[in-house]
Amino acid sequence: MKKADKFVKNAAGRVVPTIVNGREVIAFQGVGKYKPTHTGASPRVPTSADYPKDGNKIVENLKEALSKAGIKDGMTISTHHHYRNGDFVSNLIFDIAAELGVKNLRWLPSAAFPCNEPLIKHLESGVIHHIEGSLNGPLGNYCSHGKMKGMGYLRSHGGRYRAISDGEVHVDIAVMCASAADMTGNANGILGKHPFGPMGFTKADVKNADKTIVVTDTLIPYPCYPWEIMGSDVDYVVMVDKIGDPDKIVSGTTRITKSPDRLLIAEYCAKFVDAAGIVKDGFCFQAGAGGTSLAFVKFVKEIMLKKGIKARAILGGNTKYQVELLKEGLTDYLLEGQAFDLETIKSIRDNANHIALGVFESYDYHSKGNIASMMDAIVLGSTEVDVNFNANCVSHSDGRMLHGIGGFQNCMMAKCTILTVPSFRDRIPVIKDKVTTLVAPGEMVDVIITERGICINPLRKDLIEATKDSGLPIRDIHDLKAEIDAICGTPAKPKLTNEAVAVVEWVDGTILDTIWKVEQ
Amino acid sequence: MAKIGTAGNYGKKVRSDCKATIELTDSGSLQIEFISKLEAYFGDHIKSLIEAELKFFGIKNAKLTLEDRGSLDYVIAARVEAAIKKAIETEKEFLLDILPQNFNQTEKDKLRRSRLYLPGNTPKLALNAGLHKPDEIILDLEDSVAPDKKFEAAIMVRNALRSVNFYGAERAVRINQLPAGLQDLDHVVPQHVNLILVPKTESADQIEAVNEKIAEIKKARKLDYNIWLMPIIESALGVINSYEIAKGENVVALAIGLEDYTADIGTQRTNEGKESFFARSQVVNSAKAAKIQAIDSVFSDVNDMEALKQNVLNSKALGFDGMGCIHPRQIVVIHENFAPTEKEIEKAQNIVAAYNEAKEKGLGVVSLGSKMIDAPVVKRAFRTLKLADIGGNIEPHGKKTGGNK
Repeated sequence: MKKADKFVKNAAGRVVPTIVNGREVIAFQGVGKYKPTHTGASPRVPTSADYPKDGNKIVENLKEALSKAGIKDGMTISTHHHYRNGDFVSNLIFDIAAELGVKNLRWLPSAAFPCNEPLIKHLESGVIHHIEGSLNGPLGNYCSHGKMKGMGYLRSHGGRYRAISDGEVHVDIAVMCASAADMTGNANGILGKHPFGPMGFTKADVKNADKTIVVTDTLIPYPCYPWEIMGSDVDYVVMVDKIGDPDKIVSGTTRITKSPDRLLIAEYCAKFVDAAGIVKDGFCFQAGAGGTSLAFVKFVKEIMLKKGIKARAILGGNTKYQVELLKEGLTDYLLEGQAFDLETIKSIRDNANHIALGVFESYDYHSKGNIASMMDAIVLGSTEVDVNFNANCVSHSDGRMLHGIGGFQNCMMAKCTILTVPSFRDRIPVIKDKVTTLVAPGEMVDVIITERGICINPLRKDLIEATKDSGLPIRDIHDLKAEIDAICGTPAKPKLTNEAVAVVEWVDGTILDTIWKVEQ
Repeated sequence: MAKIGTAGNYGKKVRSDCKATIELTDSGSLQIEFISKLEAYFGDHIKSLIEAELKFFGIKNAKLTLEDRGSLDYVIAARVEAAIKKAIETEKEFLLDILPQNFNQTEKDKLRRSRLYLPGNTPKLALNAGLHKPDEIILDLEDSVAPDKKFEAAIMVRNALRSVNFYGAERAVRINQLPAGLQDLDHVVPQHVNLILVPKTESADQIEAVNEKIAEIKKARKLDYNIWLMPIIESALGVINSYEIAKGENVVALAIGLEDYTADIGTQRTNEGKESFFARSQVVNSAKAAKIQAIDSVFSDVNDMEALKQNVLNSKALGFDGMGCIHPRQIVVIHENFAPTEKEIEKAQNIVAAYNEAKEKGLGVVSLGSKMIDAPVVKRAFRTLKLADIGGNIEPHGKKTGGNK
């Protein structure tokens, strides 16, 4: 079986396969064009008579749980990434699978991190056939060199939920870490020895998997409440010594930048949303992880204080900077998909106005409206953009896939989506003629902000009109690109082969772009 | 003659810089090794730049290694040239094209509220410095450059003056303390530099020496642009002689450097600045007597913007026209607080209106209500309005709170 076959040119002009890992897929047809009509996943129905009446589902260890769950060749194992780079359990699952002699597994994490580098040995030996989920750092590099047996498959956070809930991906075994759980599987991420925050990423998995295993290092007497996972969805409960390291949830991308240039970008961004009339009493926004986005929060806060207004809600991945706004009464609510630092974890436990939410309601294409689309502004980072406002967040200009896709595409639904990027990184210009990998179609990106100027998508005549007298450095994107190229020079194009190694889905499940093997 | 020369910086934390190492060989022609993440993007371009440079200096057999962390052409050219000049003796200079905007000249009394110091040997900081809109950018050859790096820094600063866009900021260089600083002039005077800062100035003779050397270089190279001088007073003797220094030819501003001054008088620098009150007032007084600008010292705690603000307000109250800064985020605080207050703007507007009315009516005397207004007051009012227009008294929405054009 070929990893990818039957290539066509899709509506974005990108060459994409219509067969991926043996499954037929649909090429991207344009934003909002493809609407599925089928009725969704139909997980096998359980019978409560098959479960212990006293509710005790504790098994001795993860190996026993996986064996009892019937782990076998070719299965799909899902995990969540709430521990980010401090995850201890994903690697353990595949060590056990190797011990049990199981092959050709599909790993479906909600995201992978550099801490998952040890899985390369299981990809090499055939325990894991391929990974569907964000591939960043070492795993992305591995896949970019064409070494993975199957195709990498990049879905946004919302896209992953969609794929599970509409039956595109069937999860055989969901292995869900919880910082606290009871014997029957009620579990959360805010109590216990190593809390990590809300568990929004687990919901599709536990509702649709054949078997769900809860792994914890803090067992508490029934009932474990709040129960973000309910015992009624759980097959086995496993105790381990330590499920993860919460300190590693915090990374370089969850602290405010100190770079004067990036602070300038953030300041322009805050002034822009203000000039555009977005910063008004009761507005809602999201600022993604990344030092510049977080600095944006700081500058918006200053504007809010000056104007004497507050926000109604801030959507997260949040950090201590958003938590400060909640504490100081500058927002009524924080809506939390995942915690990016320890202060956020504490806040969600202690503050009733800090609300945990699922990926379904915020990001999923199959929900009856997204929270993301109700945000007045969302600020994100990006690896590359192009003169048509297309954006890339997964690959570098050399074609290597090194960054997670996260909720990037889902955030494009906001009323005003802003990408904050430095105009060049280490002499490599960030504004291209054409992005290396298309992750967000240009019509979805409203504004690009660099330290050298602000470019507004020509489609957003309203934003252009609203900010024309703002005194901000608003520039034509072609002029800005020319200025950057004059400084850096025009880099040679990446040397890529014609061998596909991964695909990028659009939120509706169609194939938006292909990631090609890099030349060695 | 040395056979190996090396210049520049390379390491994990280094950005936008590189390290060049040249080893002259007797045969084997030119071998260029380029170690960089940029190899795939700019490898061919950079190798041909290095080849052209080696050829320019007449080097036929050598091994050159460039370890790069994302540097631009002008940085690479400077590092390679410095390495070559450590290996061979040559008077030649490998000059890249000068940017058209770097031929600009500045006015004697241009605004100099903020002057941003950049270490001359750290190219990363220069690239985007102008985006933060300081009135003046100083490429420093003095205190921020280690003694063993002075040689390569002079070449780096020379190239930066030609190749970096400073987005309208006055382009200045702080040379080394005399007499060494006189040699620095050879590198920077021909590059259309706008202003030279002369550190630790203690006498008018030193300013004369700098002027003489500049004139000599300009004559030899047939250059006909102005180069302004800003002496920095950093000692007790300098304070005493400040008026004579301020009167020097081409001197447009007199700055005070408080770190060295407080050390010289045997005390510590404090935030409230009692210890330097006399010196600062004397420098303001000397500058104003010579009809030039008075510029305050830098404020070195880059994290304390509130203390900086107080410092700026004190400076303004003492009569200073600007101050130094060492971090781009200080610029906006300095500009905002040197800017006239709304009250000052209103008063200035009334004075200017009265002046215009008097002019229209052909009256020789300007009066506001029952008060006569002297010419210097009118002049100050015009200056206030000029400051208000550029001085940050602008609401985020672009509505000006004061000032008229």
